[in-house]
Amino acid sequence: MQQAADKFPVTRHSVIAALQGEDPARRSHALEAITAAYWKPIYKHLRLRWELGVDDAQDLTQEFFLRLIEKDILAGYDAGKGRLRTYLRTCADRLFLNQSRDARRIKRGGEAALLNLDFETAERELTQASSSEADGVEQRFEREWLRSLFALAIERVQQQYRVARKLVPLALFERYDLAEHEGSRPTYSEMAEEFQVSVSDVTNYLAAARRDFRQCVLDQLRDMTATEEEFRAEARVLFGGLAIRRGLIPGARK
Amino acid sequence: MTWIPDQVVDRLRETLASPDLSGTRYRAIRLLGRGGMASVWLAEDTVLDRQVALKVLEFEDAEGNLATRLLQEARIMASLEHPGIVPVHDAGTLADGRVFCCMKYVQGETLERQVAGLESASEGLRLMLRVVEPLAFAHSRGVLHRDLTPTNIMIGAFGEVLVMDWGLAKEIYRDGKVSTEASLGSSGDSVRSRAATTGIVGTPGFMSPEQVRGETASVRSDIFSLGAVLAFTLAKCAPEGKRYRLRQLKAICEKAMAADPAARYDSVEALAADVANYLEQRTVTAYRENILERTARLINRHSTAIVLVLAYLLMRGLFILLAKR
Repeated sequence: MQQAADKFPVTRHSVIAALQGEDPARRSHALEAITAAYWKPIYKHLRLRWELGVDDAQDLTQEFFLRLIEKDILAGYDAGKGRLRTYLRTCADRLFLNQSRDARRIKRGGEAALLNLDFETAERELTQASSSEADGVEQRFEREWLRSLFALAIERVQQQYRVARKLVPLALFERYDLAEHEGSRPTYSEMAEEFQVSVSDVTNYLAAARRDFRQCVLDQLRDMTATEEEFRAEARVLFGGLAIRRGLIPGARK
Repeated sequence: MTWIPDQVVDRLRETLASPDLSGTRYRAIRLLGRGGMASVWLAEDTVLDRQVALKVLEFEDAEGNLATRLLQEARIMASLEHPGIVPVHDAGTLADGRVFCCMKYVQGETLERQVAGLESASEGLRLMLRVVEPLAFAHSRGVLHRDLTPTNIMIGAFGEVLVMDWGLAKEIYRDGKVSTEASLGSSGDSVRSRAATTGIVGTPGFMSPEQVRGETASVRSDIFSLGAVLAFTLAKCAPEGKRYRLRQLKAICEKAMAADPAARYDSVEALAADVANYLEQRTVTAYRENILERTARLINRHSTAIVLVLAYLLMRGLFILLAKR
């Protein structure tokens, strides 16, 4: 067994720190990271919370993230007062309310800069998601935030494994852990036969891929949070939420 | 970006939460509970073929303080060999980097749940006397618990009483002597009630005022918590006895929970002695009784003897009366 100290990562700078810094390259990278992590949750939130049409929601999402870049919305964020995702959601709500009140919608187009956001996919995902009206605004946003977090972490894993030529472990992880339906998941023996490895290799590859996925999720989470306290709070949501929701913890409140 | 259906999100979340026990002798059975920083799993020790409880740190902080604290908790518990303190079997780091601690699996209920079934205040008090034993032992070894609450006291299947969750415990031995105070908020301290930066440790409602203020904790801080647990237990039990007896109990709780640490009992044993005195209808140090109360208590305490003497005198009187006729 390893010493605990060997396993702990050095303190990382979050995207918020990069955004508040002076280095334009780091700022640009950080904005990209924020947009990648949050645009889908924000878009879906606007569609569901305010029942905006597809075009309006797309315009407002573009507007929101461009304002984020141009007007430095994040400068007003105080990590001590709340979570980054809650802050961004509130800012998006405020933007919608202001624009509705003023009835002076700014339609982006023509020469205005547009972010390359795949709204078609987001729209398709909205129809596939099982979240219902019964879920509150916060729960639905949290769900989309989580989906976004996992998707980015999976991309990290895929990138790392492709670079390291770990194609069999990656394929096993995708076939087994990312299988859409329980019924479509192959058994370990079937996968061993298909990839011509032993069953114990399948077990070990999957365990290693899950470890790496876990690490990528935590790295991504650090990137998506502003402070160590926020990171811990979000990690608690990440690890604790499922158990509470499924009633695994007696007496825990939903 | 890859689309992840809801069922896959749930599955991945479950994967993240489960400890990676590959390469260890343990096999996870089910989740027992989840705290702020760690989860506790029922697991099978495949070598010794027995069930154990695995406490696993859910995630690491950047500085590794949480891991240090969990290992420190394991070391402290391992150093306290007492029937009222859960034995630690093993501690280390899992393949996924998470620190874990393997303990005896205790089946039972927490005091918080158990109090609902207590039949009388006396039963609750006798239970509290057994809580004092491991705590007194820890204090004698220079260890403060600092987070005594009804949820951290377990009543086992055979009625054994165990003090659990030593995650905020602090060793107060210094230079081979027991110091009366331990600094709070020092390096390695973790936090249960507020943000890590405040240096405040404990559970609101049960932690002493000095802990709330982030000041130094001492044995008397644990006495405050014990008093709060005592008050919690008594509040759930049906009152019994005369009114002055209730005043005695109230005085015991108030003395244990005095705002000024100097006004509290000076040891958990002293608190236990007062509780025992109450149960045996002796004078309690926390309550100054008047002559009527003292007389009533003595009558109550010696009621059998008094009845016997009175019966004897009555019989004797009758005998003399009949003899004269």
